Amino acid sequence: MVTTPLLPSDYLDLVSPLRAGADLRGRIEAVHPETGDAATVVIRPGRGWRGHTAGQYMRIGVDVDGRRLWRAYSITSPTDRQDGRITITVKAIPDGKVSNHLVHRATPGTLIQLDQPTGDFVLPHAKPAKVLYLTAGSGITPVMGMLRDTEFDDVVMVHCAPQPQDVIFRNELHDLVADKNLRLTEVHTDTDGRLDIARLGELVPDWAERETWACGPAGLLDAAEEHWTEHGVQERLHTERFRPRIVVAGDGGEVTFSATGKTVGADGATPLLDVGEEAGVLMPSGCRMGICFGCVTPLKAGAVRDLRTGEITEAEPGVLIQTCVSAAAGPCDIER
Amino acid sequence: MTAIDPTAHLTAEQIEELGRELDAIRDEVIADRGEKDAAYIRKVISAQRKLELASRGVLLFSIFPPAWLLGTAGLSVAKIMDNMEIGHNILHGQWDWMRDPKIHSTTWEWDHVSPAEQWKHSHNELHHTYTNVIGKDNDLGYGIMRVDEDQKWHPFHLGQPLWNFINACFFEYGIAAYDLELAKNLHKRRRRNPEFRARAKAVGRKIRKQVLKDYVIHPLLSGPSFLTTLAATFTANLVRNIWTHSVIMCGHFPEGVQVFERQSVKGETRGQWYLRQMMGSANISGSRAMHFMTGNLSHQIEHHLFPDLPSNRYAEVAVKVRALFEKYELEYVTGPLPKQVFSAWHKVFRLSLPNKKPKVKTPAREKEFAAA
Repeated sequence: MVTTPLLPSDYLDLVSPLRAGADLRGRIEAVHPETGDAATVVIRPGRGWRGHTAGQYMRIGVDVDGRRLWRAYSITSPTDRQDGRITITVKAIPDGKVSNHLVHRATPGTLIQLDQPTGDFVLPHAKPAKVLYLTAGSGITPVMGMLRDTEFDDVVMVHCAPQPQDVIFRNELHDLVADKNLRLTEVHTDTDGRLDIARLGELVPDWAERETWACGPAGLLDAAEEHWTEHGVQERLHTERFRPRIVVAGDGGEVTFSATGKTVGADGATPLLDVGEEAGVLMPSGCRMGICFGCVTPLKAGAVRDLRTGEITEAEPGVLIQTCVSAAAGPCDIER
Repeated sequence: MTAIDPTAHLTAEQIEELGRELDAIRDEVIADRGEKDAAYIRKVISAQRKLELASRGVLLFSIFPPAWLLGTAGLSVAKIMDNMEIGHNILHGQWDWMRDPKIHSTTWEWDHVSPAEQWKHSHNELHHTYTNVIGKDNDLGYGIMRVDEDQKWHPFHLGQPLWNFINACFFEYGIAAYDLELAKNLHKRRRRNPEFRARAKAVGRKIRKQVLKDYVIHPLLSGPSFLTTLAATFTANLVRNIWTHSVIMCGHFPEGVQVFERQSVKGETRGQWYLRQMMGSANISGSRAMHFMTGNLSHQIEHHLFPDLPSNRYAEVAVKVRALFEKYELEYVTGPLPKQVFSAWHKVFRLSLPNKKPKVKTPAREKEFAAA
């Protein structure tokens, strides 16, 4: 009542954005380069952070060019880190807005939004006798979280990267090898070619007996799942897929109104507002010319094109679109 | 409205070309919108909150005249910032592109007795779409005044200078009543309409909260300064109301601004819509501080052309828009605040009386549109 129409938290956020009870946020405290295109971001999470299990990931919301974008990254710090900070390790991918921002431009002191950690790519309670980590590229990140967290008697790792200097955490891995805590095989795909999963036995003869965690591009994981299934040991294989959102922006497409449960075809020139109304969906509407924002509706999946500018907007949590000036750019899902 | 249509010299093709040029100006800003703009609005919001807190803090000791003055001035400015540069513009969706749920037209609420949701409908949807169309845009005189010769005179209008003054003092309540379309909805049958009742309830809740905060809780917290704080918050609300009312009067009422017939907007093209916004709005010239305190509504013309562009960009857009006015030989109505306020009030007085000579209907532009 004292602060209406604002909430007391709106004022507290000005001075203490990481306090208990606030929306979960974090502050970037440092950015350490790992390779030419990867960096570890050290984050001080807000007081509401519940802690993670090794191997889990979290979603973070970063303001890039003033626009909030959400992405998921594996947590690479151990669960018992003394200073309470957490780290993620990010590899800049071509055209990746968030990854390039974090690797090349993020500065200490920046506030970011966090979600609680999640994911079931984790170690079991009972320690397995023999472990294999099969990773490629930035797929090493959740595994690094595990390696730093839990010691095993017998751990083998097979990691693929284009060249030696592309191997993230290389020094730390080699230290583990020197201390005999890890047996490591690096596959440098630029010189050695892609890892042929059928010949994994040459690198790790007892692979089938090992509890295996695999993370990397879809091609590697598909091949691994096939290989493990063929040998009847699929229950020993745990995989984590980083699903890069592949939205092929097209011209028109199938529009789903998921709240109403209707699906209709739409061309690339008809506003989604008209498409919805035509299909009998109760659509909020206003000026019908893109100025009043009375029609904004969540875009759950897919992509839409702004009929005025041609700009493509892709679905992300929290993305609202003006249906009166947006048309389907490929299949999409509108929450109405 | 003058009998001579100031846009009569433009061909349909020229009007569409004008529309394309304005689109290009908009695209340029959108392509360039980014981190600096986001930092700007966050800075303004943070400054407003700190100013309001500090002013209310000072007012706890409002029994001392210097504290009263300082606190009242600070709170007045904070309320104006909340309504103008922050509230009005966020509720327009100017900052939705940031995707920050805390600074978003769908979640924002302001220090005003009209709930954001209702104001967005009457303002963004009706006023901005049908700007200055007689019978469609209720902002033309807010339903209590006659601000154009083409609006029908009624003896009620004799009192309009007084109505306008009262409206200025209690402007936020005027707006709330206006958003509820109170006059229209108070007829017996409409009063029972459940949709209207729900909206009226929402306004009631909002008023209760606002009044409780400003006139009960804050004075009570001030203890011995109860009465002086009460007077301070009342004064701050009054200052905010008169200021916002003056700024908004300058947007569409000064001499030189055009109004339009219902018929003329039927089948309107993008270029014609732009042209109507250009001719139906007036700017206020002045310093950066003045622009800021008006929520950049001093750039009313630019705001009406591009209601969803971030307000901090209107100043740079204005230079390009003004060049287009010159290129197409159109009158860019602008002037210092006192002059525009006088001009608007002059009109309110003048039009409280019936027209002197028979009015000339059907401007040339309308005919031309019908032919185009």
